[in-house]
Amino acid sequence: MRKKIEIRKTPFVLLVFFLLLWIVGVTLNEPARVLEQAKSICLSCIGIG
Amino acid sequence: MERARKWVQGVWFFLVNGYWAFPWTRTIYKGPMKVVCSPGLNCYSCPSSTAFCPIGTLQQLLANIRFSIQSGQHYFGAFVLGSIGMLGAVFGRFICGWACPFGFFQELLHKIPSRKLSIPDQLRWLKYAVLLLLVIVFPLIFVSNSGMGQPWFCKYVCPAGTFQAGIPMLLLDPNLRGAVGWLFVNKLIIAFGFTTWSVFASRPFCRTACPLGAFYALFSRFQLIRLQLNKDNCTGCGVCHKVCPVDIKFNENPNSCECVNCMKCMTEACAFDAISVEVAGFPMFGPDLGKTNKCIWPRKIQKI
Repeated sequence: MRKKIEIRKTPFVLLVFFLLLWIVGVTLNEPARVLEQAKSICLSCIGIG
Repeated sequence: MERARKWVQGVWFFLVNGYWAFPWTRTIYKGPMKVVCSPGLNCYSCPSSTAFCPIGTLQQLLANIRFSIQSGQHYFGAFVLGSIGMLGAVFGRFICGWACPFGFFQELLHKIPSRKLSIPDQLRWLKYAVLLLLVIVFPLIFVSNSGMGQPWFCKYVCPAGTFQAGIPMLLLDPNLRGAVGWLFVNKLIIAFGFTTWSVFASRPFCRTACPLGAFYALFSRFQLIRLQLNKDNCTGCGVCHKVCPVDIKFNENPNSCECVNCMKCMTEACAFDAISVEVAGFPMFGPDLGKTNKCIWPRKIQKI
């Protein structure tokens, strides 16, 4: 007799939720803002200035 | 398996720190790859960094949220939260154990021969307070007259930022040295404090203060890929406790939020086939992987 496997659904629910959140972010053009931030050095953020 | 993990950690370190022209350009990487989320804690102001740090970016977005709403843009961190949320839902703290450059750094420091100490269990709660207060609440509520907040964790705590960005930028740009003040001294003390602590205790920053680790820890019960305990095979011998770098009793709490999923318990300790890796409930890898170098995919389902 084979051991019955229960598929855990919660990871997929979470994955879909965060995928939708990611899509919302892309729709709001957030990646452009993220890129803009990541391209500049924030001196006070790294403890200088 | 441990050697493979070290290789994976090394590869990830170079993937998220792949810009090695900085000694000549004397500035940070500014290419399009910086729109990609670094899975681990990796300062994006580091000259070699090729990805954005989710914790730094999230703080910046939250700190500027009033300004962004006023200007008709609604940047509240959905893209960043979506990125790390998807990573967390699939891998959870596997990322801490396998892909975080700062975790790798602490592991290397811990190899220095010395007396080894444990970390008080209560200190693990501190990282959740760091995530909630320094990363989310303080950047949102403490704002200047112009409505701008501050990235509290990056500014006052982050040791990864000090080592990866603060010190290198001072070396690269002599003009910045005049701007060094008490803030940088404070960050140096914190950074070297964690460095010294890492020699004596295993991964002290990950276990007590890392906000990204705290975020991924929230997924421990639900992550798609996780370690699984086969209670029928477990004899309760406790060997898994002895090899665990974060002092977990795996057989008592297999979904511990502290587990960085290094898999030492599975490959180096358990002789009874009681620990395996499962994906969404399907058993995938067992101890056989470490002993025979054979991948069982999918793992043969045990007959009872």
